Amino acid sequence: MTSSIAPNSTFSQLEVHAGATPLGLELPTVVRFYQQMMLIRLLEERLLDLFSQGLLFGTTHTSIGQEANAVGVVNALDRDRDIVWSNHRCHGHFIAYSGEVEGLIAEIMGRITGVCGGRGGSQHLCFRNFHSNGIQGGTTPVAVGTALARKEEGAVAVAFLGDGTMGEGAVYESLNLASVFGAPVVFVIEDNEIAQTTPKALTVSGSIVARAEPFGIRTFAYDGNDPVEIFELAREAVGYARAESRPCWLYLRTERIGPHSKGDDTRPALRLEQARARDPIPPMRRRVANFEAIDAFCRSVVDRAVESAAAAPLARG
Amino acid sequence: MRVVESINRALHDLMETNSRLVILGEDILDPYGGAFKVTKGLSSAYQDRVWTTPISEGGIVGMAAGLALKGRPVIVELMFGDFIALAADQIINHAAKFRWMYNDQVEVPVIIRAPMGGRRGYGPTHSQSLEKHFCGVPGLTVLATHEYADPGALLHRAFAARSPHLIIENKVMYARPVLGTAALPRPPDADIVIVTYGGCVEHAVAAAAKLAAEEEIATTVVAVEQLSPFPYEDVQRQVGNCTRVVAVEEGSPGWGFGSECARALIGRVKYFSALAGPDHPIPSSREWEDDVLPGVSAIQAACLDLFRKG
Repeated sequence: MTSSIAPNSTFSQLEVHAGATPLGLELPTVVRFYQQMMLIRLLEERLLDLFSQGLLFGTTHTSIGQEANAVGVVNALDRDRDIVWSNHRCHGHFIAYSGEVEGLIAEIMGRITGVCGGRGGSQHLCFRNFHSNGIQGGTTPVAVGTALARKEEGAVAVAFLGDGTMGEGAVYESLNLASVFGAPVVFVIEDNEIAQTTPKALTVSGSIVARAEPFGIRTFAYDGNDPVEIFELAREAVGYARAESRPCWLYLRTERIGPHSKGDDTRPALRLEQARARDPIPPMRRRVANFEAIDAFCRSVVDRAVESAAAAPLARG
Repeated sequence: MRVVESINRALHDLMETNSRLVILGEDILDPYGGAFKVTKGLSSAYQDRVWTTPISEGGIVGMAAGLALKGRPVIVELMFGDFIALAADQIINHAAKFRWMYNDQVEVPVIIRAPMGGRRGYGPTHSQSLEKHFCGVPGLTVLATHEYADPGALLHRAFAARSPHLIIENKVMYARPVLGTAALPRPPDADIVIVTYGGCVEHAVAAAAKLAAEEEIATTVVAVEQLSPFPYEDVQRQVGNCTRVVAVEEGSPGWGFGSECARALIGRVKYFSALAGPDHPIPSSREWEDDVLPGVSAIQAACLDLFRKG
C-alpha cells in the first residue's frame, strides 16, 4: 500500500497544511500516520535529550519503536466521544489522541501550562477523554466503568496494557467485569516482550493472545509494526465493541527500541538489534514521498513547544 | 427507625432524585438485599441501576471510579469492611487521586459503604476496624456513622460533596434505633470528655451513664462523624475547657483515632488516655472478643483512672 502527498506539493504548502493541526487530520492516511509517528518519535527523543542535559527532573517512559500502535489504535477512535486509558508509557497514545505537544512537554517540565498544570507529569495525563496513570493494571477496571458510563452514547473505551501488566490481578477482574456487564472496552495489549528489564519468558505463563477468550471476549491479534494494518484491525475491534456493546482483546506484538525509562536497558546487543530491525519508521519513509518535509515540520513543532514550555512559569502550587 | 432503615431510606431517596446514580455491590439484589439488608428493596425499585457484582472488591471500586468520572455517580457496598484491603489501590491510587492529579479537570462522586467492627463473633477477617488505614489519604473523606446522629443525612451529605467518600458503618449498630444528637450526654462543666466514633459511641454513652450514677462523675461524649480529614477544631471546641479526655476506638492500637485526638488536644488538656482494640487479630471466641474490645467497663475504668489522677 502506498500513499503520499501529491508529488508537486511544495514544502510551504505542506507547512501551512500540516501546521494548522499537528495531527494532520486532513492529510491522506499514510502521510497522516507518518506525521503523527514522527511527532511522537521526535518528541520522545527530545525528552531523553533534555534529561541527559539535566533539564528534566523525575522520570519518563518513552515508547520509541511502539509508535505504530499508538497511531493505528487511536486513529480508529472517535476522538469526540471515545475514551482512552493509558499507562506509564503514555506519551505516544496521548499525542496520537490530542496533538498537544506543548501541553505534554510543559507538563513534563513542571510548568503551569502543562495539560495537568504540572501536577501529573509524564505518566499522569488528562486531556478531554484521555487519561493515564502510573499504576500497572490499575486503570483497567476504571476503563470498564468509563465504558459503561458512556455506552448509551455509543462510546468505546480503550485500555492500553503491556505484557508486563499480565501479572496484575486487576486485569483479570476487569476482563470478567467487562464481559459480565457488557462494557464496550478494547483492551489493547502492546507486547514488547520485556517488563522494565525482565524478559517476558521469566514473567508471563501461557499465551497472552489466548488470555481473554475464556472470559467470552473476542480476540484480535496482530504481529507486525505497520500503522495502517494496525489501524484496520483496531477499526474492526472498535467497531465490534461499539456495535455489540462487548469488550474485546486486541493483541499487538511490538518492540520497544529505547530503554524502559532513561538509561536502564540491559538487553543483549543482539536482542536490541532485533528490536531495531522492527522500527516502524523506516518502512513508512519508503511510502511517504517527502518525509523530510514532515520531519522538519514535526521538529519545528517540538522545538517551539520546548521553547515555549521553558519560558512558562514553574508550577509551585 | 433503626440505623439500617435510616441508611436504606436515604439510598432510596438518592436513587429517586438522581437518575444517573448506580448502586454496586455483592449479593445486593432482592430478595436477599445485601448481607446486612441495607440495600433491601432497591433492586426491585430501580432494576436498571442496582447491579450485583462478581466478588471483585478492587474491580468494582475501580469500575465505580470510572462510572463516576464519566457522569454516573456510584454508591458501592462492600459486604464486609474487612474486604476493603482488596480495593486499597483503587481507592488510594485512583479514585482519591484523579481529581487533584488531573488538575481539577474531573470529579469522582463515589461513596464506598463499609460495614466494620466486631462483637459478632466473626473472627479475625470479618470483625476488623480498618478505617485508620484509609484516614490521611488525600482526596478521600472518611466518615463514620453512629446512632446519635442521622445516618441517612450523613449519606446525603457525602453524596452532595461529589468526591470520594468512605463511610464506616458498624455492623452491630444497624439494629440500633436512631437516637439523634440530643441523646448524647453533655453535662455542663463535665469532669471528663470521652471522644469516640462509630460503634464505640454506644459503649461510651453507657459508661458515661454509669459514671454519673455510680460515681457522680459528669461525663460528656463527643461522637466524631468525620474521621478524615480529622476535624481538629471541632473536637477542640467540643472538649472545651475540660482537662481530662479519654479517646476510644475499636481498631488496633497506635497510628489511629487516639493519636489524632492527642494531636488535636496537646497542650489543651492535662490528662489524656486512649483505649483501642487488641494488637493482635480479633479472636472468634465471644468471651475473648468481649474482653479485648473496649466496652463499657473498660471505658468506665479508664475514665475513673483519669479522674483519680487529679
